[in-house]
Amino acid sequence: MSDNAGIKILICQGTGGISAGAKQVEAEFTRLIAEKGIVAQVGKRCDVVKTGCRGLCANDVLVDVITPELGRVTYDFVVPEDVAAILDQHIVNNEVIEKKKAKAYYNTFVDQQMRVVMTGCGQIDPERIDAFLEEDGFKAIEKCVKEMKPSEVIDEVKKSGLRGRGGGGFPTGMKWSFCAASPGNHKYLICNADEGDPGAFMDRSILEGDPYCVIEGMMIAAYAIGCDAGYVYVRAEYPLAIDRLQKALDTCYEKGYLGKNIQGWGFDFDMRIKKGAGAFVCGEETALMASIEGERGMPRPRPPFPAVKGLWGFPTNINNVETFANVRHIINKGADWYASLGTDTTKGTKIFAVTGKVKHTGLVEVPAGMSVRDVIYSVCGGIANNRKFKAVQAGGPSGGCIPAEVLDTPVDYDSLIKAGAMMGSGGLVVMDETTCMVDVARFFLTFTKMESCGKCVPCRIGLKAMLDILERITEGRGEMADIDTLLEMGATIKKASLCGLGQTAPNPILSTVKYFRHEYEAHIQDKRCPSNSCKELLLWQVVPEKCVKCGACLRACPSNAIKWEKGEVAELIKENCTKCKSCYDACRFMAIE
Amino acid sequence: MSNAPAEEIPAEEIDLTEANEVIDKYLKLPGNLMPVLQGIQDAYGYVPKPTIDLVAERLNVYPSQIYGVLTFYAQFHLKPRGRFIIRVCVGTACHVQGAERITETFFGRLGIGHAETTPDLRYTFEKVACLGACGMAPLAMVNDDTFGKMTVQKVDEIIETYNARPMK
Repeated sequence: MSDNAGIKILICQGTGGISAGAKQVEAEFTRLIAEKGIVAQVGKRCDVVKTGCRGLCANDVLVDVITPELGRVTYDFVVPEDVAAILDQHIVNNEVIEKKKAKAYYNTFVDQQMRVVMTGCGQIDPERIDAFLEEDGFKAIEKCVKEMKPSEVIDEVKKSGLRGRGGGGFPTGMKWSFCAASPGNHKYLICNADEGDPGAFMDRSILEGDPYCVIEGMMIAAYAIGCDAGYVYVRAEYPLAIDRLQKALDTCYEKGYLGKNIQGWGFDFDMRIKKGAGAFVCGEETALMASIEGERGMPRPRPPFPAVKGLWGFPTNINNVETFANVRHIINKGADWYASLGTDTTKGTKIFAVTGKVKHTGLVEVPAGMSVRDVIYSVCGGIANNRKFKAVQAGGPSGGCIPAEVLDTPVDYDSLIKAGAMMGSGGLVVMDETTCMVDVARFFLTFTKMESCGKCVPCRIGLKAMLDILERITEGRGEMADIDTLLEMGATIKKASLCGLGQTAPNPILSTVKYFRHEYEAHIQDKRCPSNSCKELLLWQVVPEKCVKCGACLRACPSNAIKWEKGEVAELIKENCTKCKSCYDACRFMAIE
Repeated sequence: MSNAPAEEIPAEEIDLTEANEVIDKYLKLPGNLMPVLQGIQDAYGYVPKPTIDLVAERLNVYPSQIYGVLTFYAQFHLKPRGRFIIRVCVGTACHVQGAERITETFFGRLGIGHAETTPDLRYTFEKVACLGACGMAPLAMVNDDTFGKMTVQKVDEIIETYNARPMK
């Protein structure tokens, strides 16, 4: 061992990292380290499967250099040419290269978060059970089995105030107690990892980054409720999550953390993965169970509730991935500690997937109750391209849009519902002035219409009828009476649908009409799309007064439809234009409409 | 996505050995219909008609029930698929960042629409709900390769790259 022992170089190899050239950077490090005879460990800071590491993939390639003298230093936008300098200056001479170091916003992004559920993600190696055991892995379940009665575990979870993270926000302890109270020795536990919400990926990141914490959470729930068998229902679109989880399950069986008489504690629990097959409605409890049973994923009317009669007729408890991931921390650190985080009605932290037109997209975990404004502006750096904030869509297809006026809404279950959105699984899609709200409503409705299972009429036919109206409006053929029809139908569908999909599907329309009625009216009365987004209503011309003659539109146009010379106002040639909107998006000055 | 129009099923002769192996693996498992169909699809790339009859016989379920499952879930395919599967994410984040022009450019360049395959079996095009990499929106995938921050220009680059790849 030389003096350099303990030096680690970690390179971000997420999807973003690799597309930014992380492989080349790693090769350069390995080559130069060998050449210079430095003893250092080159590893992956996060890899393809550990997405959501620290969420700042926009700044790839991120490289962490850890040395005993300087601690951990993060460099961003690293290219292979920088590698030699980092090795010489930082590692050999112990001097931080200030110019390459990640700027202040990186620390803001990391420091403003509060990591509870995601502590392990991006830190531990999800394929090594030892890494998890070093982080007090399986200590919580051991404590439950050895020191607590099942009812005490439920009481502890109740006391912590944990609410279901899948979106509904039902108190978890209460849910467990229902199933625990059902008679019978054979019960099922299901982890819902279907995560069909477009724009949300925290469940996937948890499963990929720290699968053992979900397994331990399920073991604790199984002990508390008295279940002996569990399923994790994962979308098939997440092959890496399935792969990681399967490896974790295999290791657990091998090491005696699953199966009969776990670790000699006298507690049995079996777990297996069930792959979904691509149907949004399967996120709904009863549809999910039908899918596990091998049928079409159609919801059933309730009651009977799953806690009484669920999977194959046995009492069943279903929770979301993030919910289970919280449990071990509650047991380890105590319900009081957990209850001290967050707000009165929403305890703990919540992971949000912040995407769309925001500077630093990614996964952020913040204490519940932080305002939407802080999440977007403080943590994620505000709106990209100097544009104006218009709305944030929370809760996916079941949620709604929050306009600038109510940006100070705290992110907790009840406040978001009051603002006309909902927590959902925690997707926050940020929209700027170029996003048309009518089009957003149409987008979500297209999705829910397509994903409706078709069992009940309000959802199957109602959503189709609403979508027809919205399409008419975005094509400039709407009538003023349409708005009222939409509101009326929305209310009816919410009341009359069988399951959560139909009951929430009109939300995007209702919230956009509530806050952005003027945009609907502009489409209908003026046949104009105020955000220049709806294709049929666009004029396709350059506004000379707004054009700053920068030529960005020319570089973006794939079909030679822009005429531009240096110092001249651009011109749009309609014959060549394919209306792809590339120029419009490239223009930072809203000079094309 | 789930309610795509019913696909025509071509009659054909295929080797059922792999399908039988898949069925053997899951025969005793409760709720085995989906894993069996998923296994068959993994083996053949789609679910060929003869395997449906085989599954019906060996698992003792009605073919209608199998078709019910196959047509309900977006993941199953009843027709052979292209060598390169192009998936364009049309999730919320991608939509907001302009996924529509990416899909339309692909439609124009390839001459096929959603869930269709080019006659030479080179490409299958699919719109997908969310690939879970919203930070890189708009996103496209070709088989296992991911292309983030897509533009219309990149569509042409991608097609050129994969046109040059061999079919096998």
